[in-house]
Amino acid sequence: MDGMETALTSREAIAVRHLSKRFGGAGGGVTALSDIDFAIGEGELVVVVGPSGCGKSTLLRILAGLLPQSGGEALLHGTPITGPRRDIGVVFQSPVLFPWRNVLGNAMLPVDVQRLGREKLRARAFDLLKLVGLDGFEHRYPWELSGGMQQRVALVRALIHDPALLLMDEPFGALDAMTREAMNVELQRIWMERRKTILFITHSIGEAVYLADRVLVMTPRPGRILDSLKIDLPRPRGLEVMNTEAFGAYVRRIRVSLNATGGLD
Amino acid sequence: MRARDFLLRLVFIAALLSVWEALVRALDVPAYLLPTPSAIGMALVRGVTSGLYEEHIGITITETLLGFAVGTFGGLLLGTAVALSRRFDYFMYPIIVMFQAMPKVALAPLIIVWFGLGITSKVVNSGLVCFFPLMINTIVGLRSAEEDRVSLMRSLAASPLQIFWMLRVPNALPYIFAGLEIAMIFSLIGAIVGEFVGAEAGLGMLIQSMNFTMDVAGQFSVLLILSVIGLILNGVVSVIRRRALFWDPSSRQGASRVRLPAAQQQDAL
Repeated sequence: MDGMETALTSREAIAVRHLSKRFGGAGGGVTALSDIDFAIGEGELVVVVGPSGCGKSTLLRILAGLLPQSGGEALLHGTPITGPRRDIGVVFQSPVLFPWRNVLGNAMLPVDVQRLGREKLRARAFDLLKLVGLDGFEHRYPWELSGGMQQRVALVRALIHDPALLLMDEPFGALDAMTREAMNVELQRIWMERRKTILFITHSIGEAVYLADRVLVMTPRPGRILDSLKIDLPRPRGLEVMNTEAFGAYVRRIRVSLNATGGLD
Repeated sequence: MRARDFLLRLVFIAALLSVWEALVRALDVPAYLLPTPSAIGMALVRGVTSGLYEEHIGITITETLLGFAVGTFGGLLLGTAVALSRRFDYFMYPIIVMFQAMPKVALAPLIIVWFGLGITSKVVNSGLVCFFPLMINTIVGLRSAEEDRVSLMRSLAASPLQIFWMLRVPNALPYIFAGLEIAMIFSLIGAIVGEFVGAEAGLGMLIQSMNFTMDVAGQFSVLLILSVIGLILNGVVSVIRRRALFWDPSSRQGASRVRLPAAQQQDAL
């Protein structure tokens, strides 16, 4: 029994236990997260889906160490997350590139901050840029790139220091629908190649089902995890998977649980 | 098209000067009120060839550049301190507001008393005048880093010092350069005003002594030199700015766009 327990935890990249977050003073505050409990396995791609204002971004900011929780704990490989960590990569909703750095320079930002040595990681940066289809753009500047390309640079930046965990906060939300689908296909390909543990946040049910090994359904006021749904669709998934009955069934099931709680207004 | 526009511009200016020349001659305006452009041109040639202007130009430019250096250094230093330290900001704020509203050139007579008729008083005056736009722009620039960018740096476990050097400073550069462009012109004004109040040499002093001898054509020729000096000094800063801020959209568009905080400074010289 004991042996099994350790075997299980060692496969867990992330463990979140009774996590809660309150904003504002005693009495008059708002409960953003209430009793959040889940785990993410090593190399698993988990998508949190929920309507805006359900606290999913708050959850991500706590996991990124940008925000302290009010109660409970979040563990990355067994150690509690108490502040920003070097073994976590974050992709935000906007690319957040520095205009004074070129593509390579932006990708190297974590390397500079964490003093990992640009020379040592130069080959890796070129590799990753190639992986996202940006080879040849290393010396271009952010304003010369399209929105989708900028977000690819942000993805490379999040991967450059080889973090144990990738947190993605609606990374493709600001892109047009076509680019967004293309980015999803690409993210799946990159994930299958690199097998990073990913926590991905979105309010698009379709995007969640398409990408996820497992979908966590979140509802607002207070933010809770309502459902955890394993997505059993073979990979690599093409975009045509969205037209299959199985895909539709998953989407319907998530929609029903969100509707039941008034999550979708 | 552009060459033709440029030519039209020259023609327009030449026409304006001709009308001026013709009117002054036709109406027989006395030279001590308004000289003809040709008289101004002659005064300019005389002043330059006799070597009279040379020394004064050198002194005024020296005062301006030294004042610019002192004021810029002080503005950057104090602006950074205010931007970084809430406590410093709290205590400095009322003093800054008071000085900001006060016309700095009004201090010139006092500064001459304190620092004498030599070059030092002019450097102080010029530094004082150009200090404020730079300080204000430094404060605004250092505080203007987007929340997202700060979050990104924090998520990478960057230290406050790294956030300062890798994000806040480059982010503030467009503001600082806008401040520098204004400070450059302000420091020339500060030097000239200082020379008006009391000086042994310099273009400001020259204008005043010409005023006493009613050499109005001479005054106009010095004004012409001053505006050329202003254009060159401003142009140098502009060129450096465009090189350094190739990534900044407002700098890339060529013409200098003065940012709001510094523009507000203009009336509190």
